[in-house]
Amino acid sequence: MTVPDTSQTRLAESRSGAAPLFSATGVTVRFGGLTALDDVTLDVLPGEVHGVIGPNGAGKTTLFNVCCGFVRPGAGTLTWRGQRLTGLRPHQLAGMGIARTLQGLGLFGGLTVLENVLTGADRFRRTGFGSALLALPRARADERALTERALAALTEAGVAEYAGRYPGSLPYPVRKRVAFARALAADPELLLLDEPASGLGAAELTELGELVRALAGRMSVILVDHHMDLVMTVCDRITVLDFGRVVAQGPPAQVRDDPAVIDAYLGEEASRGGDHG
Amino acid sequence: MRALVHRVLPSSVLLRHVLAVLAALVVVVLVLETTSQFRNSQFATMSYYAIAAVGLTVLTGLNGQISLGHGALMAVGAYTTALLLADGAVPFPLAMLAATAVTALVGVVVGAAAARLHGPYLAGATLALAVGVPGLAIYFDGLLGGEQGLRVSSPRPPDWLDDALYFLTANDLTGAKYLAYLGWGTLLLVLLLLANLMAGRYGRVWRAVRDDEVAAELAGLRLGRLRVLAFVVSAACAGLAGSVLAMVVRLAAPSGFTIVLSLSLLTAVVVGGLGSLTGALLGSALLVFLPPAVTNVGTSAGLTGVQAAQLAPFVYGVVLVVVMLVAPGGVMGLVRSWRRRGLRQGGSR
Repeated sequence: MTVPDTSQTRLAESRSGAAPLFSATGVTVRFGGLTALDDVTLDVLPGEVHGVIGPNGAGKTTLFNVCCGFVRPGAGTLTWRGQRLTGLRPHQLAGMGIARTLQGLGLFGGLTVLENVLTGADRFRRTGFGSALLALPRARADERALTERALAALTEAGVAEYAGRYPGSLPYPVRKRVAFARALAADPELLLLDEPASGLGAAELTELGELVRALAGRMSVILVDHHMDLVMTVCDRITVLDFGRVVAQGPPAQVRDDPAVIDAYLGEEASRGGDHG
Repeated sequence: MRALVHRVLPSSVLLRHVLAVLAALVVVVLVLETTSQFRNSQFATMSYYAIAAVGLTVLTGLNGQISLGHGALMAVGAYTTALLLADGAVPFPLAMLAATAVTALVGVVVGAAAARLHGPYLAGATLALAVGVPGLAIYFDGLLGGEQGLRVSSPRPPDWLDDALYFLTANDLTGAKYLAYLGWGTLLLVLLLLANLMAGRYGRVWRAVRDDEVAAELAGLRLGRLRVLAFVVSAACAGLAGSVLAMVVRLAAPSGFTIVLSLSLLTAVVVGGLGSLTGALLGSALLVFLPPAVTNVGTSAGLTGVQAAQLAPFVYGVVLVVVMLVAPGGVMGLVRSWRRRGLRQGGSR
């Protein structure tokens, strides 16, 4: 293994100061008359796993799309390592150290599993078109370095044995791990996981939880999901959205007992104890 | 893990490709020396079709951009060559390089527009190119010779090559054979470079952009730039093919670059198997050798010359339809699935 390991230095930084790695401040998004996000503020500390939960239509995916530059917010700012981000475009994320998985996985069907993950590691390439055209030793060394990174990511996600297969021939949980490995191969400082648990069975959920927990400290993770069990066990802090607004924010234990959260999930009637029943 | 890395990336990509090209060169020499002058000129024709087709297969097969305008790009290369070779001051290798460069530049412009278009819109835009460019030759007839086109003085074989080949094979180097060598030498060089690109990062990211735009963008790939790059590489091949065509046919005229040329290239690429260099070679061979073969069969079956000549496009159309029905992946798609089936039966995986 010759992949440079930056986790130690990052961990040291994260312990020294509590300045957020990434923050969204006062983000508001309107689609026509619908307010998808209303003055949402979210701070992600270095090395923490931050969960974003909320009922369907609460604005979780819209928040992710704002973070990725797919949606330009009407108001509010994004900050990355203390610097304000303006005019963020999706292709810039990888270079900044932000990786994201997609709800629909978005694996490249015509590429092998290894090639899929190599694409994730693409930001580490050092050689250009000329050396690739002539297949210079430089380009070869570059490809080998990327391949080592990709194989390390595949091993970490537990799917190295499928390196030569095509995604279409693999079962869904394995494909999910390949998409996860592709994001890991970018060696991100912030990993955005969009519904990582959807479509997984109970045993696979536990494994996913362990996988995400193992990343904490090495990188920050923002996790959007419906599975309360997963979110409650894996996250350091949780932001709860309802109708585009932040209704609660804090550690899992605190959020779990917050009346606003119970309202959002179960409805106000239920929280009052069914006194009209 | 090291062992795994080495299994995935065999020793040297360049070495492997160079060896393959050298082996191919030996085959080319053997074939050209043992066949008639007529066959030699057919091989010369195949070489320029193949140069354009391998470029097109990279664009359409790997990057997913369709182009109905590659005939027009070949015209750019052919006319550039014709103009440069007109007064005999420019050596032909330089003219070929210039033709490639000029067409690549045109590719930048067309590619920048194409990168914003998809599917039928891209097909339409490139179709306009195929229809419009030959018209330019008629409009600027003072410079480009109008309907008659420009005559091209083909390069003559240098004496040392003639002597060397006579020494090796005891055959004289005819003009047709020399042009076939020229075409195939160029083709093998193009194949080497494209195989390098496809085996490395660019082949991978072009396919990634083709398969999923959002995921590719999140991986930090610049969609627009990569699409333009694919178009430029493909256009450069088309320009070089046009240059070889001009020297082989000894003429650059609008009638040589109709929409039929663009469509033939696309069918060659599809029949051979999209995205495969070998497939593009097979498709070009079919394009050149099938029509005369069918005509021969027709005349020997008692058809008149005219009837036999009409048989060729018919058979070509039937071949295309059958390929689309039976093997949508083209010839190479069939080969690949046979190989996979063989592996499974052999139980080696």
